Amino acid sequence: MTKVTMTVNGKTVSAMTEGRTLLSSYLREGLGLTGTHIGCDTSQCGACTVHVDGVAVKSCSVFAQDVAGATVTTIEGMANADGSLSVIQQAFQDHHGLQCGYCTPGMVMASAALLASNPSPTEGEVRHYLEGNICRCTGYHNIVKAVLAASGQDVAAVAAE
Amino acid sequence: MHNFDFVKPASVADAVAALAAEGAQALSGGMTLLPTMKQRLAAPEVLVSLTGIAELRGVSGRAGASVTIGGATTHATVAAEAKAFYPALAALAGQIGDPAVRNRGTIGGSLANNDPSACYPSAALASGATITTNQRDIAAEDYFQGMFATALGEGEIITAVTFPIPEKAAYIKFAQPASRFALVGVFVAKYADGVRVAVTGASNDGVFRWAEGEAALSGNFNGSALEGLSVPSDGMIADLHGTAAYRAHLVKVLTKRAVAAAM
Ligand SMILES: Cc1cc2nc3c(=O)[nH]c(=O)nc-3n(C[C@H](O)[C@H](O)[C@H](O)COP(=O)(O)OP(=O)(O)OC[C@H]3O[C@@H](n4cnc5c(N)ncnc54)[C@H](O)[C@@H]3O)c2cc1C
Ligand code: FES
Ligand code: FES
Repeated sequence: MTKVTMTVNGKTVSAMTEGRTLLSSYLREGLGLTGTHIGCDTSQCGACTVHVDGVAVKSCSVFAQDVAGATVTTIEGMANADGSLSVIQQAFQDHHGLQCGYCTPGMVMASAALLASNPSPTEGEVRHYLEGNICRCTGYHNIVKAVLAASGQDVAAVAAE
Repeated sequence: MHNFDFVKPASVADAVAALAAEGAQALSGGMTLLPTMKQRLAAPEVLVSLTGIAELRGVSGRAGASVTIGGATTHATVAAEAKAFYPALAALAGQIGDPAVRNRGTIGGSLANNDPSACYPSAALASGATITTNQRDIAAEDYFQGMFATALGEGEIITAVTFPIPEKAAYIKFAQPASRFALVGVFVAKYADGVRVAVTGASNDGVFRWAEGEAALSGNFNGSALEGLSVPSDGMIADLHGTAAYRAHLVKVLTKRAVAAAM
């Protein structure tokens, strides 16, 4: 077993790992951060998306030892300091961008990565960017609406077709 | 997944030394290797990560001449940084999988794997790229040796790939909607000495050049030059996503679109 240290949601943390320990297992089992969900475990669904050194990655498909020392942000790190929901999270609630909520942590992390690089995306750009995040409930329209709203755009005209 | 020893060297020399161990295998973005290990189709005893080797990362080039991409450069970096040198190549990288896949997956991993539906092999073959390893330079023409087969030897690492920059080029991918890989993808590149057309996703032998299409387009770089030609369906991939005849048909359709889109 090898001790792996990272900065997760602003705190320096460590947990013991095997070579095969995935970043997702390190977060969920090592640190108890179970907000990162495992949908497919094969890099298809995006439920496990977290940020590693500022970019979105699928934590089920990265070994913890490969990102030792990295700065990681998970869904637990997304709320405001006073515990209230961040703009993106609030937009998901306001626009009914979730139903069962299983895909939501990954959707929020992917959306945050999109808005960091493209603060005012078009509807098409949002849909294209979220290609790697699968939702079995919502049909995506309200997720797209929430992301556009979080970017400060008027979504009244976005059709829920 | 079976357990293994994980090592993360900081230089190519140390990686090559680590790969000499019994059962050792290179790990780059892991976008192909991790799922393969989870299915126990691969069970390395030692995994040698290439992600900590600075000399394997980056894009450098000379406008109008060539662009060189480090073996462990991610698709996202190529999409952003190769644009100034070779827009069609950058566009190809920007269409691989989804953003999270592009943030980890690398050009070296893609070319080493040589999936018959992967995008990069078509760019390498159409551009007459040179694949540089820790041991030698390999011409793309000699590098691809059929589905999942390459000229790489045991423990050999792709350190860089150099693409001569064409006058015009484009890659058109007909994406398989579930996997986002190419159902068929065509890369067309026009050089001063002729046009090259490389096709991925279509053939049981992996990436190949469409010689008839190349000859026609070298005389007249316009989709109309392809009228009257047809691509035989012998040896084409047939699966639930498309028949051999459908894939053969797509080769010509996509070649025409690539010529029209070439920049
Ligand atoms: C959801 C999803 C969608 C995808 N869509 C596409 C797509 O549209 N088009 C496409 O082309 N690909 C696609 N891919 C594959 C992706 O591009 C992979 O990143 C790529 O095929 C493998 O690169 P890697 O860096 O992840 O390699 P790894 O998975 O780390 O390694 C793959 C193989 O290459 C070997 N290797 C790695 N680096 C080197 C090197 N430098 N020298 C020698 N050997 C090496 C490894 O030992 C291993 O055998 C997709 C993958 C996923 C998960
Ligand atoms: S659980 Fe990681 S992509 Fe689905
Ligand atoms: S809300 Fe249920 S999977 Fe997306």
